[in-house]
Amino acid sequence: MASIAKEWREIPGRYNLEGSKCPVCGKVYFPKRGICPECRRESLGKMEDYSVSREGEVYSFSIVHEAPAFTSKLKPYAVVMVRTTDGIMISGQLVDVNLEDVRIGMPVRAVLRRISDDGPSGVIHYGYKFVPN
Amino acid sequence: MEVGIVSYGAYVPRYRITPEEIGRVWGVNGKAMGKGLFINQKSVPSPDEDVVTIATEAARGMMARVPEVNPEDIGCVYVGSESHPYAVKPTSTIVAEAIGATPAMTAADLEFACKAGTAGIQMCMGLVGSGMVKYGVAIGADTSQGAPGDALEYSASAGGAAYLIGSEDLIAVINKTLSFTTDTPDFWRREGQEYPSHGGRFTGEPAYFRHITSAARMMMEAQGTTPDDYDYAVFHQPNGKFPTRVAAQLGFTNEQITQGLLTPEIGNTYSGAVPLGLASVLDVAKPGDRIFVTSYGSGAGSDAFDITVTDRISSYKREKAKTLAQVMENTVQLDYAKYALYKNKILMPE
Ligand SMILES: [Zn+2]
Repeated sequence: MASIAKEWREIPGRYNLEGSKCPVCGKVYFPKRGICPECRRESLGKMEDYSVSREGEVYSFSIVHEAPAFTSKLKPYAVVMVRTTDGIMISGQLVDVNLEDVRIGMPVRAVLRRISDDGPSGVIHYGYKFVPN
Repeated sequence: MEVGIVSYGAYVPRYRITPEEIGRVWGVNGKAMGKGLFINQKSVPSPDEDVVTIATEAARGMMARVPEVNPEDIGCVYVGSESHPYAVKPTSTIVAEAIGATPAMTAADLEFACKAGTAGIQMCMGLVGSGMVKYGVAIGADTSQGAPGDALEYSASAGGAAYLIGSEDLIAVINKTLSFTTDTPDFWRREGQEYPSHGGRFTGEPAYFRHITSAARMMMEAQGTTPDDYDYAVFHQPNGKFPTRVAAQLGFTNEQITQGLLTPEIGNTYSGAVPLGLASVLDVAKPGDRIFVTSYGSGAGSDAFDITVTDRISSYKREKAKTLAQVMENTVQLDYAKYALYKNKILMPE
């Protein structure tokens, strides 16, 4: 049950790319942080919610050939590091793409997809993946 | 108070399979089957897609087109489907969270075979019209299953569309809605059964045709209209053949139904079918266009809508999300083996 509670707390980040913005220096963090590592005590308890843009471009990528059971139906697949239009780096799976078309600078968009589940009777975990934009 | 459509969004997965390919596996002339049903191909969801993700994609497109609408002003979210991922645990709460509408709102999942989406639109109209909510969201989406080898396997597909219902800044006014409902056992699925059952030939005349023509005639009588008064008509489309025939029975022409008839290229999206057909019409609609809509859900019932497009559609930010023509580009054909893998039809080790 501990994992259900943890997953539940992460929903704003995993569905809506909700991160944190430091009100002191303006830096944005994803996933959420309770404190800005640069401003430290000054930012404690003041971090603001910040919704990261769902659009961006591929900064770097890799093709995965050996996949965990849940994603094995999709293999081989691409994992990408995306620089969002507001400059945040987020990594995730890139789907609905022909692997030979994946390239650095490719415009992508975050969508909601099934990430995993806890077996046929368990909770289904949804979260962001990227698709070509 | 005028109630109608403030915005809409639509989504269909990119994968396709043809009746010919399905027939190849079962030793059936799939090409003839497809021709008879008027289905050239059907959509197939990716293994990481389901009604939650399809409904969310449609709803996010709907919200992207009206950046001025605060999602916190949405008072209700209804998702109609016969393939909700959970038997118990709503789809609608997940979708509501994903568009930022939670927590001051109500939500529920609806089920009425293929008309649960239009039932949701009616419920939103009631809540908006009574002043209980400012905006309501109604979504019809499905990832329907036909039993392997069954006739339904050639048509059952995936897709969905979302509607933001309100009373201000409408791109289309819903002039009237009414329904025709009876207890008719033409199609069903018992709890715990993976695939639906159907009454074979019984699914035609006493079910689909009787309910749609009855609701449609009631609507035209109530509004004092004839088919000539409408620019477009959208009918439930379990295949391409039924809506074409029902349109002719009612006196609508092929020109009126073509834009809203998607089944030949995407298959039967069940609860998504009429919402998607209407979305395809709204993708090209101009101010003053009048749209006639009649859904059908087995069990059985039909919801009819008389809709007029407003001047606001000219400034509506349709381009902020993909039109159906754009969504339906770049499709990928699957062979039956990959289709079976994607649709969980291959027995996997525990
Ligand atoms: Zn800082």
